[in-house]
Amino acid sequence: MGNGAKKFMYVNRRAPYGTIYALEGLEVVLIGAAFDQDVSMAFVDDGVFQLKKGQDTGESNMKNFSPTYHALGDYEVTKLYVDRESLGERGLSQDDLMELTYEDEDDDYKEKPSIRIVDRKELMKLMEEQDVILNF
Amino acid sequence: MLHTINKSPFEKNSLGTCLRLAKPGSDILLIEDGVYSVIKGSAMESKVREATKEHTVYALGPDLKARGIEENRLIEGVKVVGYDGFVELAADNDRVQSWL
Repeated sequence: MGNGAKKFMYVNRRAPYGTIYALEGLEVVLIGAAFDQDVSMAFVDDGVFQLKKGQDTGESNMKNFSPTYHALGDYEVTKLYVDRESLGERGLSQDDLMELTYEDEDDDYKEKPSIRIVDRKELMKLMEEQDVILNF
Repeated sequence: MLHTINKSPFEKNSLGTCLRLAKPGSDILLIEDGVYSVIKGSAMESKVREATKEHTVYALGPDLKARGIEENRLIEGVKVVGYDGFVELAADNDRVQSWL
């Protein structure tokens, strides 16, 4: 990543299938990742449902795009911040989320978790550090 | 940072989440259906009053007008701006976050 890279944060606040926001947001992230920027994602409110493991759209005639989140690491999108409060309000914990990892090229390609559960203050600080924030 | 909110607080929690995550001191501008947040006597009043202590809260005049919300119905401390004020806020802040 060049020194000219800007910090982009994509804030996801919608559940995955009821509206098109989540899928569109994910596509924008993948497109943006091709431009070699410092990309992170935040999952807040119903956005945390995007990361729920065990999604199966087989009987509902919709595309299950949850496997795509596993590809984010290969696009160097390795910082997925999940709002602790939003998880808790919805009866979820980290164990309910997909296990998303990336290979750390600076650390002998060790596999590391991409998801980081953060509290309100941490998320507030992260947002303040961004050059660009896009909401979906 | 300037935060804009364009959703009614009675339908979506965009304003609530913005207030939870916005750094104290940042500007908050309510536009489109977001302006329904600033009516005195509504269920949002205490939350918006609280917000005016930590942030400067603005509502877009033309959007209030379009919805028939007169200025004397607004929660005290909320400032009304026109399109020119919107432009000024966007220019004066280094970044804008548009909550949807």
